Amino acid sequence: MSRLPADSVGLVTPQRQTFTDPLPLACGTPLNSYELVYETYGELNASASNAVLICHALSGHHHAAGYHSADDRKPGWWDNCIGPGKAIDTNRFFVVSLNNLGGCHGSTGPSSINPETGKSYGASFPVVTVEDWVHSQARLADVLGIQQWAAVVGGSLGGMQALQWAISYPERVRHCVAIATAPKLSAQNIAFNEVARQAIITDPDFHNGDYAAFGVIPKRGLMLARMVGHITYLSDDSMGAKFGRDLRSDQLNYDLTSVEFEVESYLRYQGQEFSGRFDANTYLLMTKALDYFDPAAANGGDLARTLAVVQARCLVMSFTTDWRFSPARSRELVDGLLAARKDVSYLEIEAAQGHDAFLLPIPRYIEALSGYMNRIEVNQ
Amino acid sequence: MSLRADLEIIQQWIRPGSRVLDLGCGEGQLLRHLRDHKQVQGYGLEIDPDKISSCIRHGVNVMEQNLDESLDNFEDNSFDTVVMTQSLQAMHYPDRVLEDMLRIGHEGILTFPNFAHWRCRWYLGTKGRMPVSEFMPYTWYNTPNIHFCTFKDFEQLCRERNIKVLNRLVVDQTHQSSWLSGLWPNMLGEVAIYRVSR
Repeated sequence: MSRLPADSVGLVTPQRQTFTDPLPLACGTPLNSYELVYETYGELNASASNAVLICHALSGHHHAAGYHSADDRKPGWWDNCIGPGKAIDTNRFFVVSLNNLGGCHGSTGPSSINPETGKSYGASFPVVTVEDWVHSQARLADVLGIQQWAAVVGGSLGGMQALQWAISYPERVRHCVAIATAPKLSAQNIAFNEVARQAIITDPDFHNGDYAAFGVIPKRGLMLARMVGHITYLSDDSMGAKFGRDLRSDQLNYDLTSVEFEVESYLRYQGQEFSGRFDANTYLLMTKALDYFDPAAANGGDLARTLAVVQARCLVMSFTTDWRFSPARSRELVDGLLAARKDVSYLEIEAAQGHDAFLLPIPRYIEALSGYMNRIEVNQ
Repeated sequence: MSLRADLEIIQQWIRPGSRVLDLGCGEGQLLRHLRDHKQVQGYGLEIDPDKISSCIRHGVNVMEQNLDESLDNFEDNSFDTVVMTQSLQAMHYPDRVLEDMLRIGHEGILTFPNFAHWRCRWYLGTKGRMPVSEFMPYTWYNTPNIHFCTFKDFEQLCRERNIKVLNRLVVDQTHQSSWLSGLWPNMLGEVAIYRVSR
């Protein structure tokens, strides 16, 4: 048995909460009952003023920090930022991280059994939005006795949730930390999602989303979806540095199908690995949630007016080589907050790793996050 | 917290409860002071990563933004006062920044070194070389100060652009004013603090 690092939250056990009050959804069909799986790190203080919500991105889940078993090879997905003495310091904060509705890591989603039919939801699982997620998260906060979050923190799709929290529940968020995100997707960004969806939907094993009934999974489609997604999460520079034009063997094969370049091999591996652990319907749902997110649409596209209700102080961060959620998109958000006269800070972090940078321990990024989080006041 | 001498002067010209934008805010000393003592809602722009980190640690609203690129993201008349200390001479287009300051804010407060101070004149006059001093420690090829001007030059620009000079305080390097620098500012003043408006 290996020893766990001293700055780790250690062994954690996921918890689950069942909700039996129907949850109204943007699509019009309520979800009658559902479960959310979540983890917590640190202790909630007596005044419940030290709670921090972590919102996950497209392929994320509730396991953000620590280990499920001492034999785990890797800790949770944001372990480099969450733990005792880390940027989100669990000695100070009570951190909550959940798997969103529609996910495939334990919360109710397309691969869960629909209690009304006794079969998995499959294609019948309702399309959920960022706003729906936030409402479901608010119910979890109620159960945990958290009236107001000290901070809601997220990157990418998670940043959209953090922003939506500040808009939907202004009095329940003191700080909003939105990293590598955007106030809405651009046409190009939606286009990438559409390619991913088409890859899945046109896989013969997809069966209109009811593949579980056929005992198959649309592995090829999911693999392709991940491959194209993965390219957009990296930068030209980072791919160049990692793979260049390196070949797997000494020479070109002059055939059309073999894996020749290292980058091909890497992408195939990433795609295959992902297709073995992620649900295709969940992938479709998550990309739709991204595409639909546009809180300003309710105000005729006026972002500043939409943000007028915000009470949280905001920290927005972007990364120079991120082209999927470019700095310009973060600046749109910052400008909206400025125009709405909200307290906001903005950092544009020099980083070569593209969109993936938000998950990596880049010193300046971690220092800023840590500096911001440490400044947040918590009572006893 | 003791405030830098020039900031001490500036803060007296800022109304309690107003909105202040600080261009090149450094570690946010002025904005912190204004927040803690005058209930000012302030924002700073800065490009130095360490200074930005310091602002964040001190809870000062700071934005990573290069003043030379554009200030178009700030709406007209969205601030009461726009401050820029010791940066005018480092701008690519000082006139545009000045115009922007008074587009964004009702008032502008600027400080900059006077290139017509007698020591500069003496240095250039006797040595025939660009002045280098403890106060302006760079040589001509590596200086960030690319647009030095004199008080007269600045006031000429203000006249051309219909900008009113509301106050002018001429001081030395330690930001003390004396009757001498008041007597002959363009020769004897080292730094000027200007308060301007449309």
